Amino acid sequence: MPAPESKAEAKTYPLNAMGVLAPIVGWLIPGAGHIIQKRWIRGLILMATITIMFAFGLAMQGQVHEPNTGDILDMLGFVGDLGAGYLYFASRILGWGQGAINLATADYGSKFLIVAGLLNIICAVDAHQIAIGKKP
Amino acid sequence: MNLQLSHFTAALLFSLFASVVFGITQKNTPREQFRYGLKCFAWFVFGLIGGGWLMWLIRH
Repeated sequence: MPAPESKAEAKTYPLNAMGVLAPIVGWLIPGAGHIIQKRWIRGLILMATITIMFAFGLAMQGQVHEPNTGDILDMLGFVGDLGAGYLYFASRILGWGQGAINLATADYGSKFLIVAGLLNIICAVDAHQIAIGKKP
Repeated sequence: MNLQLSHFTAALLFSLFASVVFGITQKNTPREQFRYGLKCFAWFVFGLIGGGWLMWLIRH
């Protein structure tokens, strides 16, 4: 007697051009990965959220980390910061986010900057899942 | 610009931003997204206040 076949077949989601482009654009410009797929409202809300969070981090004198200072925590901070895409590069170019070690709020600001970057990575992954059809 | 927020205000803002992103990225329909975002925010605030009380109990 043959084994009963499973009714739920494993669904595959082939990679397409948008599936590659959307997360890259979404990483570089927060929310743009959704916007280029005509998810206007989601994209604009994500763009505003990530940008405002990053701006709050800078306003609180948070530190924008450099790539290699030799300190493992700084390197991890750099990875988080880098997730914010152009916001990170613009901050570095403009010399923002030097950090003020004498302020308690500066430490909160640094965390805001890192988490804004990490949240943007989640947004970029979401844009990829929409592009390949895994998420409506 | 130097923005000086209290720890509680900063934590509330953090919760708000994180909850918005979690809501939009983890659920499919706008209704689910709103509900999940609200739920995340409530859990963040609960954890914040609960953590504060826990630290107070440890201190005393």
